[in-house]
Amino acid sequence: MSHPAPTLHGLGAEFPSAAALLHAAEKIHGLGFRCWDVYSPFPIHGMDHAMGFKRSRVSLFSLLGGITGLSTAFALIYYTSAINYPLIVQGKPYFALEPSLPIFFELTILLTAFGTVLGLLFLTLLPRLHHPVFNWDRFKKATDDGFFLVLEAADPRFQPDASRKLLTEIGGTHISEIYQDPELEPHPSRPEKELVA
Amino acid sequence: MRADNASAQAAFAKASDYLERQPLVANHRPLSWITDHVCRIVEQPAPIWWWVSTIVFGAVAALTPAMLTYLVATGVGVWGLNVPVCWAWDITNFVFWIGIGHAGTLISAILFLTRQKWRTSINRSAEAMTIFAVICAGIFPAFHVGRIWFAWFLFPIPNANAIWQNFRSPLLWDVFAVSTYFTVSLIFWYLGLIPDLASLRDRATTRFRQMAYGILSLGWRGSNRQWTHYEKTYLILAGISTPLVLSVHSVVSFDFATSVVPGWHTTIFPPYFVAGAIFGGFAMVLTLLIPFRELYGLHDLVTDKHIDNMCKIILLTGSLVGYAYSMEFFIAWYSGNPFEIYAFTNRAFGPYWWAYWAMITCNVAAPQLFWFKYCRQNPWVVLAIVMFPNTGMWFERFVIIVTSIHRDFLPSSWGYFSPTWVDITLFIGTIGLFVFLFLLFVRFLPIINMFEVKGITPQADPHAHNPGSNHAAPTQPPHSLDESRVHA
Repeated sequence: MSHPAPTLHGLGAEFPSAAALLHAAEKIHGLGFRCWDVYSPFPIHGMDHAMGFKRSRVSLFSLLGGITGLSTAFALIYYTSAINYPLIVQGKPYFALEPSLPIFFELTILLTAFGTVLGLLFLTLLPRLHHPVFNWDRFKKATDDGFFLVLEAADPRFQPDASRKLLTEIGGTHISEIYQDPELEPHPSRPEKELVA
Repeated sequence: MRADNASAQAAFAKASDYLERQPLVANHRPLSWITDHVCRIVEQPAPIWWWVSTIVFGAVAALTPAMLTYLVATGVGVWGLNVPVCWAWDITNFVFWIGIGHAGTLISAILFLTRQKWRTSINRSAEAMTIFAVICAGIFPAFHVGRIWFAWFLFPIPNANAIWQNFRSPLLWDVFAVSTYFTVSLIFWYLGLIPDLASLRDRATTRFRQMAYGILSLGWRGSNRQWTHYEKTYLILAGISTPLVLSVHSVVSFDFATSVVPGWHTTIFPPYFVAGAIFGGFAMVLTLLIPFRELYGLHDLVTDKHIDNMCKIILLTGSLVGYAYSMEFFIAWYSGNPFEIYAFTNRAFGPYWWAYWAMITCNVAAPQLFWFKYCRQNPWVVLAIVMFPNTGMWFERFVIIVTSIHRDFLPSSWGYFSPTWVDITLFIGTIGLFVFLFLLFVRFLPIINMFEVKGITPQADPHAHNPGSNHAAPTQPPHSLDESRVHA
């Protein structure tokens, strides 16, 4: 039983500026890679287009949250004021649109906010406290002033040597292999796996 | 030929000086300088002044729970309010604090939607201020209910009386508006903090800091697959916070406007309250930012240009409230209603004349000094002037609330309100609480929104021609006209 070898997560490269990273991303996207990502300390203008992203779907979650909020507000006011315990206050109708509007508005906003943030967490798969890219020492600069591109080994077009050469050609520096944590990630060479097989 | 070229360049440089907008990050600071300079505040041992002021303001803040305990143990009668003045310092303080918060949301949401890039270095602290101000605000109506242990009756929770809340009452709208405002502001603030908390995590030198900031940053990686959703989320939250912030003070003003009391029953209230809130809020932002900018040497991030812009907003909103004050008088006269006319004459010349004229001096007269460039450019003069709106906005709420109800329709029920020592001490306590919370914030969280400030620097723009980029670009001086057009 030898110590299991760590799996390769991918190849990381550093770029000198936001502009350089943007141009590198355009080339990688043009070559048809799928499992890759760029990392920067701030969102880079035009990067979504360079990576071929469509519009973010967060707004769908906002809409769902907003609809839930509005219908909750309507149900709450109508049920409590007109059905469950109708009470005459100053001769006003049990239910009317005018006095309900502020609450409709506030609950719509509140649940839109909840929906949006839950949508963000769902789409970005956060919270996820650990990730293989954190195993790369230089990656600490990604939240400071570093611009990185990581090609993942899971990509069908990924070839360790050719991809390394590609990253050099598009201007990447400090190209390094990034490994997954052997004890955290499922690995074909782990003894349990062998027993199962 | 060469000489021509040189003189042309000199003329060009001279013209640039006039035409170019001032950079939002002064002295061409690199990205790592921004990270370092902001994170250092949190990472290095706290300076002596921080300990001294935190202990002092912490002690003042302790007056809040002390006074509230006394109030709950004894009864609301320890406050000076009584028939006919049933709303006095408590509601004045509530509206005052809620109003303070509005500048934070204005900076984070409305200035974001209008693409005002200068907001980036002040939005974090202004949003923090919003949250702390709303905390201070919430204390007053919650304890004004008298029996605080029944405060949960404000929320639609089934209770033993089987009676529900009166959704036709503006006071209940207020409950929803203020609690929504607090929650959404908190979410917005935390969302903005996530990438910066990740910066603190990656710089952490101890395991504890790494874990704490790591958990708080949710494991943020700064990948573009995250940024794309993040930016959309930020935009949507800004989009919903904008009508929210306008609605909150409008709903607060409904507490008065939907009543029949002369001086309260006014359709001008919602926009007038919102303008006043922004006015008072910006004054408080400057009150907090000018000293902290000095103490932490943040002049390159919070530049004189930022202070200048905020002074102009104060001048604008101060003039708007001045217009609202005069419009109130006009409408009172134009209505021909003797009770309305009396309410306003009584404000200016009745027993509370001193409060009215303090309000006019502080809110209408003092901000006019910001017409002068000298007053906007000298931070200490600015700090002195904004103390007037800070005071004046408190007086405005006092004038609206107390002078309107101390003499209403029946002269037999007229009265005069004076605060008790509990009123005064509790208000001082909330000021202490506000500053104390802000001091904790600057110690443990990044006071400047680093990722947004980095995003507005010239080197962040991938389409600009700057020396840092490695793609073929015509070399130009860093201050060229072309660049200022791209970044301004």
